[in-house]
Amino acid sequence: MNDLSNASRRRFLKAGAAVVGGGLVIAFTVPLAKRFAGGGEAAPAAPAAAPAANAFLRVGSDDSVTVLIAHSEMGQGIWTALPMLIAEELDADWSRVRVEHAPAAPVYAHTVFGMQMTGGSSSTWSEFERYRQAGATARALLVQAAAKQWGVNPADCRVENGIVSSGSHSARFGELAEAANALPAPDKVALKEPKDWKLIGKATKRLDTPEKITGRATFGMDVKFDGLLTAVVARPPVFGGTVKSYDAAKAKAVPGVRSVVQVPSGIAVVADHFWAARQGREALSVEWDLGPNAALDTAALQAEFQRLADTPGLAAAKAGDPAQAMKQAARQLQADYSVPYLAHAPMEPLNATVRIGPDRCEIWAGTQFQTLDQMVAAQITGLKPEQVQIHTTFLGGGFGRRATPTSDFVSEAVHVAKAAGQPVKTVWTREDDVRGGYYRPAYLHRVHIGVDDKGLPLAWQHAVVGQSILVGTPMEPMMVKDGVDATSVEGVVDSPYLKGIGAHRVEIHSPKTGIPVLWWRSVGHSHTAFVMEGLVDELALAAKQDPVEYRRALLKDHPRHLGVLNLAAEKAGWATPPPKGRARGVAVHESFGSIIAQVAEVSAQDGRIRVHRVTCAVDCGIAVNPIGIAAQMESGVAFGLGAALHSRLDFREGRVQQSNFHDYVVLRLDEMPQVDVHIVPSTEKPGGVGEPGTPPVAPAVANAVAALTGKRLRELPLRLA
Amino acid sequence: MKLTVNGTAHEVDAPPDMPLLWVLRDLIGLTGTKFGCGMAQCGACTVHLDGTPMRSCITPAAAAADRSVTTIEGLSADGSHPVQRAWAELDVVQCGYCQSGQIMSAVALLAANAKPSDADIDAALSGNLCRCGTYQRIRAAVHRAAELSKA
Ligand code: FES
Ligand code: FES
Repeated sequence: MNDLSNASRRRFLKAGAAVVGGGLVIAFTVPLAKRFAGGGEAAPAAPAAAPAANAFLRVGSDDSVTVLIAHSEMGQGIWTALPMLIAEELDADWSRVRVEHAPAAPVYAHTVFGMQMTGGSSSTWSEFERYRQAGATARALLVQAAAKQWGVNPADCRVENGIVSSGSHSARFGELAEAANALPAPDKVALKEPKDWKLIGKATKRLDTPEKITGRATFGMDVKFDGLLTAVVARPPVFGGTVKSYDAAKAKAVPGVRSVVQVPSGIAVVADHFWAARQGREALSVEWDLGPNAALDTAALQAEFQRLADTPGLAAAKAGDPAQAMKQAARQLQADYSVPYLAHAPMEPLNATVRIGPDRCEIWAGTQFQTLDQMVAAQITGLKPEQVQIHTTFLGGGFGRRATPTSDFVSEAVHVAKAAGQPVKTVWTREDDVRGGYYRPAYLHRVHIGVDDKGLPLAWQHAVVGQSILVGTPMEPMMVKDGVDATSVEGVVDSPYLKGIGAHRVEIHSPKTGIPVLWWRSVGHSHTAFVMEGLVDELALAAKQDPVEYRRALLKDHPRHLGVLNLAAEKAGWATPPPKGRARGVAVHESFGSIIAQVAEVSAQDGRIRVHRVTCAVDCGIAVNPIGIAAQMESGVAFGLGAALHSRLDFREGRVQQSNFHDYVVLRLDEMPQVDVHIVPSTEKPGGVGEPGTPPVAPAVANAVAALTGKRLRELPLRLA
Repeated sequence: MKLTVNGTAHEVDAPPDMPLLWVLRDLIGLTGTKFGCGMAQCGACTVHLDGTPMRSCITPAAAAADRSVTTIEGLSADGSHPVQRAWAELDVVQCGYCQSGQIMSAVALLAANAKPSDADIDAALSGNLCRCGTYQRIRAAVHRAAELSKA
């Protein structure tokens, strides 16, 4: 998801208002409802109570505090950050906090985007009020219950570590839960002053570690119950292809194969287990109608992008008269920057498990888009959305791939279960995943900059060519304005550099190619930071200025940018020369409400770029969980660095050329630099942290390579030789 | 065919070329061992065969017959193995999907080399992908586990 401007946030809110649930009610359920934890042989039971109980937390008679998370845990640590917000206000005993994924229900709709989802690095900031309110409300009820029991004034009660006390009285939360449950929730509760926070801002370890280091954690892939079959689907080798005919005889002869069924996306082989299904698919013969994209070719696409870049596009930003201003320029710079299509390749291949009954459809999936999945499944099964129950499992990585506006992998699994007439887990192989589309689109940026005699930009013309992610999706009305997809140009049109240039123009071309595209960790920023920070570095070097100094001058009216820039430079030892044979590069970029500067220290040997260190300074506003923030920065760097150094997808004769991790190369441990994270203390409202660590790394590395070798690399992945 | 997994004997009815990974996951029900690539590229499926780390996705089940298989579930009942403790202490995991494989590779490394250097860790664990990029903490946690194992 992109970084929404306030205006589009409001549009989103309005569009989503019908879906957003009513006021906040805290349900206290005693005893704890048994949660689906997987691993059992029997089918997991449905929760006894309707999920619409508006429950964000439950206090159990055993003193446990169970927090229901409206977002999906995909590694970003939301299972820890949101409980921290609740426990802070509740003054809970942290060791008694338990976490569950919330079911799919309107009450769990995103407070800004209006549907239940995880994306846009928004989970913490969008829940910062709601989850604290939930905690404070529960606390008030527990205090009221205690005060009533003891005949004291609630104002004379204290709460600490899961115990309410007043004078000589004291009671554990569990002892008060039932009485508290019977009380009406207060209309308004006061939240703590930041100075009184004990948990927010404290380095707090993850709550999901125990199950993730023992193999107990249930990912979508691990869902099992009696009678569950597994399917793999043969899909067309070219996007937009369809089945002409197929012969299932050999597939059906594979031991363990139960049925072969046609679904809209292809032919599903349904079997007792994955291996049989996969063997069955190998044996299947399908004749495809390849459709309109059978000639898709990377070189041809690039040529077409090049051609488009020289034609007039739609204006995405404009100020002054750049053509006129260009005439005053002392020097000019013209440059093309480009990035390839990329797969997300989350570690857990896509999958979803579906069981359809006469009046209910159950889905187990690691999804980022519960509300859409629910709607799409309802359509396919002819049920009402509320009859579609979604059990969100842990996600073995998401990075945007598990947030498809078309619900692609979930809807396919519903089709398979429906056609098979049995509960089925549809599993993608890695090859299916790499070749399955929904990629970060390739982009070409063609930029023409004029600078004054001091080397400062005075005219900036910028063409962006690349597929729109949002056109044709349910989000289009909210986020595509006058044909301009905000996600294609974020990071350019709102760049602080551009704002300082009186004459600028950004134009956009959104060609249609037939390749399904999607947000990929940091969305538009995944290419725009590379372009903007590369260009500014080029300008600095052309002006014979230090890249940090040069940026300081351009960012003088942006104190938060300056703050991270200075901190990263200081911590990286920018003022002192790097070790022999190495060079440093810097980048600073804002995305998802946070500003990050990174300094990369690199060397090169035999044409191979090695990144030794990345010093990362982050200003994400109030830092809710510093360990989690550091982890996300490290993670963002690793993810961005794999793409900066290696990853690319190519097309020939309509086919994706890469297929698995041997040719779709991502970062491995031996290439992981030392990442030092420094958090700027801040009282600003929280920003995102899941994505913003990714954009600056590619330009920081490219800039370091330029400093090291004098070669300016303007294409990802970076290639020296 | 007979398989001994985490000390328990299992009789499974599997075609001999069925990879051990799917026998473990789909026939025996031990889902801690993960599928990531199916071609020995990611390490998510790492288990020990008589103590040696193997990619179970390309190991035919028949090759494991009459040998002792250890999976993540067999490492400790409660996450108390020194490698698991180090992982918890350093808050290594993110999505967690790769971590069974990472831990199994780390355990095998430490069994062979009680005090690995960074270079040793790079060599032993670069076959284990982590898309969440927990690599820096993995390195630190392997060093920490070496200390904990000594104690
Ligand atoms: S699943 Fe075996 S190495 Fe990837
Ligand atoms: S923790 Fe997510 S892939 Fe390693």
